[in-house]
Amino acid sequence: MPFQPIKFYQTGSFVVGNRLLSEDQRSVQSSQARTNSLTLGHRACQGCGEALGARYALDAAMRATDNQMVVANATGCLEVFTTPFPETSWQIPWIHSLFGNSAAVGTGIAAALRSKGRQDIRVVAQAGDGGTVDIGFGPLSGMFERNDDVLFICYDNEAYMNTGVQRSGATPPAARTATTDAVGPHPGEDFGKGKNLPLIAMAHEIPYVATATVAELRDLEYKVEKAMSFHGARYIHVLVPCPLGWGSAPSDTIRLSRMAKETGLFPVFEAEGGEVTSVSNIRHQLPVEEYLRPQRRYQHLFRPQPDTETIGRIQAIADKNISRFGLLNGEPK
Amino acid sequence: MLEQIEGSQAVARAVRLSRPEVICAYPISPQTHIVEALSVAVKSGALEHCEFVNVESEFAALSVAIGASAAGARSYTATASQGLLYMIEAVYNAAGLGLPIVMTLANRAIGAPINIWNDHSDAMAVRDAGWIQLFAETNQDAADLHIYAFRLAEQLSVPVMVNMDGFILTHATERVDLPTQEQVDAFLPPYAPRTYLDPADPVSIGAMVGPEAFTEVRYLASLRQQEALSAIEQIDEEFSEVFGRRPCGFFSSYRMEDAEIVAVAMGSAVGTLKDAVDDMREQGVRVGALGLRTFRPFPADAIRSALSGSRRVLVFERAHSPGFGGQLSADIAATMRSAEPTVHSVVSGLGGRPVTRLSVASAIQAASKGELGLETFLDLDESLLKHEVTELGTARRSSATGGTLAQIIESSGPQGAR
Repeated sequence: MPFQPIKFYQTGSFVVGNRLLSEDQRSVQSSQARTNSLTLGHRACQGCGEALGARYALDAAMRATDNQMVVANATGCLEVFTTPFPETSWQIPWIHSLFGNSAAVGTGIAAALRSKGRQDIRVVAQAGDGGTVDIGFGPLSGMFERNDDVLFICYDNEAYMNTGVQRSGATPPAARTATTDAVGPHPGEDFGKGKNLPLIAMAHEIPYVATATVAELRDLEYKVEKAMSFHGARYIHVLVPCPLGWGSAPSDTIRLSRMAKETGLFPVFEAEGGEVTSVSNIRHQLPVEEYLRPQRRYQHLFRPQPDTETIGRIQAIADKNISRFGLLNGEPK
Repeated sequence: MLEQIEGSQAVARAVRLSRPEVICAYPISPQTHIVEALSVAVKSGALEHCEFVNVESEFAALSVAIGASAAGARSYTATASQGLLYMIEAVYNAAGLGLPIVMTLANRAIGAPINIWNDHSDAMAVRDAGWIQLFAETNQDAADLHIYAFRLAEQLSVPVMVNMDGFILTHATERVDLPTQEQVDAFLPPYAPRTYLDPADPVSIGAMVGPEAFTEVRYLASLRQQEALSAIEQIDEEFSEVFGRRPCGFFSSYRMEDAEIVAVAMGSAVGTLKDAVDDMREQGVRVGALGLRTFRPFPADAIRSALSGSRRVLVFERAHSPGFGGQLSADIAATMRSAEPTVHSVVSGLGGRPVTRLSVASAIQAASKGELGLETFLDLDESLLKHEVTELGTARRSSATGGTLAQIIESSGPQGAR
């Protein structure tokens, strides 16, 4: 594919809220009719990727379902910062039960709606990466396997941020967390660990799986809307930077999300019935070093001098993703 | 209609007659026959408008029931032993959220060593979770109590656990009088939840509550258990009108009129107690039996008056707390307390509220003046309570619970040493 740089100020770009686009191409957020599912007054940190991702994802799902939707939320930042009793930031029917059961609660809601003949009301279950890949994995896999009519959204910030930045099964190699500290001969998280939930979801051969980042919010909206056009189990995995846990500037949340994709470290793709159907090409390929350097969780890779070997191993992960998903030429291997 | 039927089949029929809308199950002996029968009922179409979900664990079973109940569906599951322990986090959660789920607990021992046979260790492990716990003495009880449990749970917004002894009841074939659908429909109206997940009227369920209000939440839960005691008496009346027999009561009494010795048990052992009482009565021993059906809430006043004339109470415990003793005898001993010193429960420091020197001193002062109740919640925020109870009373779809709670608060006088 020929190299074609995108300039975001150009007329007709997909920048959020662009009023030069035709009505049907505009973002959900640019519409005055948006639901504000997650409205102001919550206590998320400045630059929180999860708050941003959840608002876009749920507003898009609300539009796709004509506001006929119920949400089950796992324990975690998103739950804590939105519902300190007696306040709530949710404008949608919302339930929080436990850390590990949001998929099962979603299943229960879907079963209740089926028994009442109200399949017009759709169900979204959501969790952070801990509530998805670790403690919530059993109920999530069960929900996938039974093909329950639930869209599960994982907001992945790559560690247990709510409890103070501990390592999860989604923490990337070399990343410093409170339980994989930057000490010893192999600082940060070990290589060769962690699980890839989008691929595991695909192995269940559910109707729809997609990944997205908060850098490309229109893409996230599109994927949520598409997910709502399917019935059965669906999974969307959204990369959401956490300034606190990543040690990054709040103003860098969008930039880092984009860099995660542009390095190849976070492949953005869609899959139906277990097969990849589309990938988002890397526009300007970046070396992983540029993505790692602004994050304090990787600072041991650059001080006192660059740890070229470890950076090289991370680059190899990105290169493998690029080749596996065909991120440069749209041709997965 | 009288039938010779296995306990599990009788319970499955009773649950079916109660028209549940979501049933979820994970296999564990000895409850499996119940959910097997229910799965056939759903799949064959005998039980309409009901979803049967085969889940991947007990934790998911109760979590699915939580979601279904919160979405306004009458929800049921069954478990035992290890299964109950695997779902215990959700057991507490269902009670905290006030979801009227009904669950059969086919009582079974907890390993190690692994053992599939009956005792009450499982029920005791969740004694403090906030569920209403009923114990069936016979399979007639077990069938009746399930229909009863849905009614009780939904009237109070509290989950109900129906305990029936594993194998001894679940697998025993006995004569059971199963009611007709018309009778059950007359007794058990469709579930009309106080609040549920409704896009037309969005609510947030399961908010985070800090030290400023957690004690009040627990206090209201405690009041609701007190309310259950009066509800049980009232629902008993209605049940006997419709079905011609009393299912629950707080306990059954047998030859208690002049008993010096009373044997107490829960579950199927009560029948054996009665036989032994007959034997001993023939030998001239003044003995009676009390079979406790309502374990939580604990009907302390009724038990106190039933046992007050006796000299010895033998509690036949089907569970044991290592390092302490029998849980049921401890409850009964606490109920019968009369001698010095008086022991007061001062419930304090729940959910992060500080136990301050000033509050402790005020409780001590109240005790020294003889003004401290046997159970007191320390530092209750009366205005918050009043607000919450008023909310319950006025909210859309509300039952009379808010008003009843207000009455209980009124009659119990000011709580807490301030």
